[in-house]
Amino acid sequence: MSIKSKIIDFFTKKEKLSTGGGDKAIQKQVAMGKLPARERIKSLLDPDSFQETDLFVEHKCKDFDMDKKQLPADGVITGSGTIFGYPVSIFAQDFTVAGGSLGLAHARKITKVMDHAVKMGMPLIGINDSGGARIQEGVNSLAGYGEIFYRNTLASGIIPQISVILGPCAGGAVYSPALTDFVFVVDKISKMFITGPEVIKTVLGEEISMEDLGGAKVQTEITGNAHFYAESEQECFQQIKRLISFIPWNNRRKAQPLSTKPPRAHFDVEKIIPSEATKPYDIRDIIRSICDDSDFLEIQERWAANVVVGFARLNGETVGIVGNQPLVLAGVLDVDSSDKAARFIRYCDAFNIPLVTLVDLPGYLPGIDQEHAGVIRHGAKILYAYSEATVPKITVILRKAYGGGYIAMCSRHLGADFVYAWPTAEIAVMGPQGAANIIFKSEIAAAKDPEAMRKLKVQEYSEKFANPYVAAANGHIDAVINPYETRNTLIHALKISANKIETRPTKKHGIPPF
Amino acid sequence: MNNDNELNKLIVDDTPYLTQITTKFSKRKAYSPVNLKKVCAVIPGIILEIYVKKGEIVQRGDKLLTLEAMKMKNVIIAQASGPIKSVCVENGMMVTKGQLLLEIE
Repeated sequence: MSIKSKIIDFFTKKEKLSTGGGDKAIQKQVAMGKLPARERIKSLLDPDSFQETDLFVEHKCKDFDMDKKQLPADGVITGSGTIFGYPVSIFAQDFTVAGGSLGLAHARKITKVMDHAVKMGMPLIGINDSGGARIQEGVNSLAGYGEIFYRNTLASGIIPQISVILGPCAGGAVYSPALTDFVFVVDKISKMFITGPEVIKTVLGEEISMEDLGGAKVQTEITGNAHFYAESEQECFQQIKRLISFIPWNNRRKAQPLSTKPPRAHFDVEKIIPSEATKPYDIRDIIRSICDDSDFLEIQERWAANVVVGFARLNGETVGIVGNQPLVLAGVLDVDSSDKAARFIRYCDAFNIPLVTLVDLPGYLPGIDQEHAGVIRHGAKILYAYSEATVPKITVILRKAYGGGYIAMCSRHLGADFVYAWPTAEIAVMGPQGAANIIFKSEIAAAKDPEAMRKLKVQEYSEKFANPYVAAANGHIDAVINPYETRNTLIHALKISANKIETRPTKKHGIPPF
Repeated sequence: MNNDNELNKLIVDDTPYLTQITTKFSKRKAYSPVNLKKVCAVIPGIILEIYVKKGEIVQRGDKLLTLEAMKMKNVIIAQASGPIKSVCVENGMMVTKGQLLLEIE
């Protein structure tokens, strides 16, 4: 064979394998509103930056006539490329090849790019579109899943791991995304569940559609399993690119800084925040009026909306923002919001992203359902996460900071490096109403006009304690600041903390209240 | 996600806050104390066998019925003593989670 014919032969082989499951299967995929696996990678990465690995890998299964079946690329495209010039490792399951089912060769292709990502210190992006385990391969496919989960866990906190659910992701397969940092879903395309509608129907007699059981809306609004919701695959890819621009490539680096830009939104505290502490506003208006270019990437926007978390930039540097949301459930901490905030805090801490906490909350949510759902254990997660974090921690108390909520929201006592308060701050053990009703209980009861007495005592308590000055007098906060100076104050604090070193006693690992 | 953009009152420490309410919050179920005399299915399944009849007196710890669920035959045992007030299921019946199976007076 001449060199030329060998090269032609190579191209023929490559061409054949690159068509995946063939035109018919690809048409079917497209008809479902889904892009073929290779197209997905192309849409996500910089043009012509993708380099494929393991195109020629074949499975070794002989049972059930599998030895007669050739599965192009074994149903998963793997390799590396760049996004905005940043290196990434990527895999995309190909549903057109044996339903994207996972066998050992398929899994080993994935673990190879995972190992590569960890070694090279670059983010891993996994596009999931698979019917699940390749049944013909039996326990070998389970082994494949296990090897992936193991690597997901070891890579956690070393490199960013991003899962994109663009098709079914059912059974054991869901646990790889669950172990990664960010999960992206698309309406009507993503389906995640442990047991599908069929099993649920036969075993339990309950009927439900795939969409209602584990569709994109369910995973972003009810369960909190997914972090980003998109209407289309293209929108989803834009979200991923945006996220990539905010986070560092690995835990040894800082996120790439951009040049600083002033906020686009005008900052008028008196217009955004009502003077009465019982009236709501949208904390995101405050965030957008503080951060560079008013560019705030919110995470888990649709779940536990009483706390807002996400990435923004201050003076060009990425920061993680955690803010109570008075607009939803008065901004209380509860089971879900504690869970959401704690995980985000740990992400920022692992990846050298300073934390900015904006406080305005009446405390933890009271209720039997909360107590029975374990608000003690879940609420403790946020205390643990903040105390454990050694990245720069900057706190601004905007309005209410009552009771346990005050402590939990990165107070000085949990190791905040800078604690600021606006003149509107009320730092107290509880709101004036509740406090007056307890402290002056007998005086109110004994009064001729208990209602008038109650009002008087609430007023008295408000004047004395519902302000930032008692905390300031005790050194629990560092400064009371002009709200209009918030951005400049935060930028100053970040500059000062640029070389922060905080060490902890050596240990294998802590035991957070998972 | 929020129900709508409507503002409602949420009371924390005697203070009513104006705020949006989440779907999850508005769907909370009121708490009801456990009634040991009402025997309900803790898991959906099929009734395989019923050991007691209406009017029969049972003691705490007596076998009441067998509920097959998740390929497991679960023997349901009386948590309270007294006469059987009513048996609400039949052999072979499929029951859902929380469904009343029988009542003790």
